Amino acid sequence: MFDEQSVSKIAKEREKWEKTTVPSWLRRNPERKNEFKTTSDIAIKRLYLPEDVKNLDYLRDLGFPGRFPFTRGLHATMYRGRLWTMRQFSGFATAEQTNKRFKYLLKEGESGLSVAFDYPSIMGRDSDDPMSRGEVGVCGVAVSSLRDMEILFDGIPLDKVTTSMTINGPAAMLLAMYIAIGDKQGVPRRKLGGTTQNDMLKEFYAQKLCIFPPKPSVKLVVDIIEYCTKHLSRWNPVSISGYHIREAGSNAVQELAFTLADGITYVESTLERGLKVDDFAPRLSFFFAAHNNFLEEIAKFRAARRLWAKIMKERFKAKDPRSLWMRMHVQTSGCTLTAQQPINNVVRVALQSLAAVLGGTQSLHTNSLDETLALPSEEAVTVALRTQQIIAHESGVADTVDPLAGSYCVEALTNEMEERAMEYINKIDDMGGVIPAIENGFLQREIADSAYRYQQELDNKERILVGVNDYTVEEDWVPIKLLRIAPDVEAEQLAILQKMKRERNNLRVKEVLDKLHDAADRDENLMPTIIEAVKSYATLGEITNVFRSVFGEYKELIVI
Amino acid sequence: MSSGRRIRVVVAKPGLDSHDRGAKIVARAFRDAGMEVIYTGLRQTPEQIVETALQEDVDVIALSILSGAHLALFPEIMEQLKKKGLDDILVFAGGIIPKEDIPLLKKIGIAEVFGPGTRTDTLVKFILENVRKRK
Repeated sequence: MFDEQSVSKIAKEREKWEKTTVPSWLRRNPERKNEFKTTSDIAIKRLYLPEDVKNLDYLRDLGFPGRFPFTRGLHATMYRGRLWTMRQFSGFATAEQTNKRFKYLLKEGESGLSVAFDYPSIMGRDSDDPMSRGEVGVCGVAVSSLRDMEILFDGIPLDKVTTSMTINGPAAMLLAMYIAIGDKQGVPRRKLGGTTQNDMLKEFYAQKLCIFPPKPSVKLVVDIIEYCTKHLSRWNPVSISGYHIREAGSNAVQELAFTLADGITYVESTLERGLKVDDFAPRLSFFFAAHNNFLEEIAKFRAARRLWAKIMKERFKAKDPRSLWMRMHVQTSGCTLTAQQPINNVVRVALQSLAAVLGGTQSLHTNSLDETLALPSEEAVTVALRTQQIIAHESGVADTVDPLAGSYCVEALTNEMEERAMEYINKIDDMGGVIPAIENGFLQREIADSAYRYQQELDNKERILVGVNDYTVEEDWVPIKLLRIAPDVEAEQLAILQKMKRERNNLRVKEVLDKLHDAADRDENLMPTIIEAVKSYATLGEITNVFRSVFGEYKELIVI
Repeated sequence: MSSGRRIRVVVAKPGLDSHDRGAKIVARAFRDAGMEVIYTGLRQTPEQIVETALQEDVDVIALSILSGAHLALFPEIMEQLKKKGLDDILVFAGGIIPKEDIPLLKKIGIAEVFGPGTRTDTLVKFILENVRKRK
């Protein structure tokens, strides 16, 4: 961005400054640490200068918002037009209670729904499964069949909202239920808007909510991509997720690299299915965490967009500009929140959200201050939503596009994130891709190592976490009443399930489950048969069990 | 640790949740502190945990749970330990466990409950001070 002459002129001045001004200041004012580093172990310099970005070519590397390589944003006017989608992940207890929370959030100005399912549902188990005991409706909403889903979306017109569903192993079944509700409401399938997370790869090494082995899992992912490409043109079939990789303990570079490596695998697998890249790539979406290191996070989001655009253009020869878009959802990082002095979490969430907005996200979830203690209470979730509204309407950062572009530091970090992520991607390619890197434990080990290092830094106080290893107090003040799931939720949910099972046509259910078994054996796209099955009120567990019998179950590879 | 065998710990994950970051970190920390560590992996039933403790002849069980199902699962673990005569094993827990549940958990024999933000050396010290050497 600078001509060579002025770069070297400034560099010469920098040398003088380092020899004179700096040492004389340091004599009386030593720096706080010997070295300053980001969470990814990137050394942070005292001062960034034009020489740090001397190879940056504005048109090649930054360009204009809405144009390749999209470093400055996906859309020409970004938030001057439409603000990001404020989407709060929520779900607890029975479908009826979550339905009330959804309606409350929509009334308070939320612009999209996001469903959290309970652990049994996530693992493809019904509420009456022996493994579900004590877990029903505890960490999310219990959905065992279409009946629960009907209650969950009661009075919510599916052509007016978009819905994100955090579901992976049983994504096809939950999407099928959503389609079934759309059909009942008379909403054409092409008008259904939303996202299924449906990113199985990261499950094997990060979130670890796996049901089937990697290969059939990816087959189901591709079934959904293929089905949506043909029938649900407004649906994002997969949300390729770095969030869980980060929460499991990775650093920012690993989050970026592993997410993109997963993305590459999905593109390759879908191409193998015979689809054309420009037919499905525009609907691939991404999901990242916003962690504490403000500048590193902004750089991560900008680098992610640029890197994905290059991969799609160069590696996969995509032509449609929308195939090059990395549309992203961001959630503030749950693992950065503290149980100690929880009100401080409001500040952490605000800073992380600001990084996400300055990084150009399309959609944002802000965590609630009480989430290290329980599922968020209504008051806490309101503060979280208000945080986004304050950034949007009061801070001014949404009034211009990519305001930190051109910062020597942010641009240098953006380059560094991209380079380091690319090194990892090459390494994974050399191993034969993500699945071999899971099977040989590489990805699990990388994350476990980073997580352990982070904890050691906290234990040794190399990293200060306010309220935890410094600035501590005797008694923590929790300003709000925590949400507790009533113990009778399980019984209530079991009653709904039993009633449904009595009322449905059990012969029809058996017939359609047999049909599903045959379809799975034949290796055809399973979506149409799954839709048929959920409409007959076959349960989530029954359908999953059919697949368990055909695909087998995944046995965790334990890497400490 | 000069006399006798090393302390044997099983780090166990009951419940359906998959948050194993903490469990793995403490497993490593115990190993680095010179203990023999067995990590069970995710989603262990109470029966499986007790069976592992028996087979591996452990001195300590460290339970990690973040799903909220502790009140349903912990009593069962403690009961089965008692039935098998393993109630001299030191059992403690960590994860997301509301403060108001702790008295009940202590009553059934869980020695201590640690929350988020606990230092790993606090846990090591806790084991060293509380483990009853069996054999």
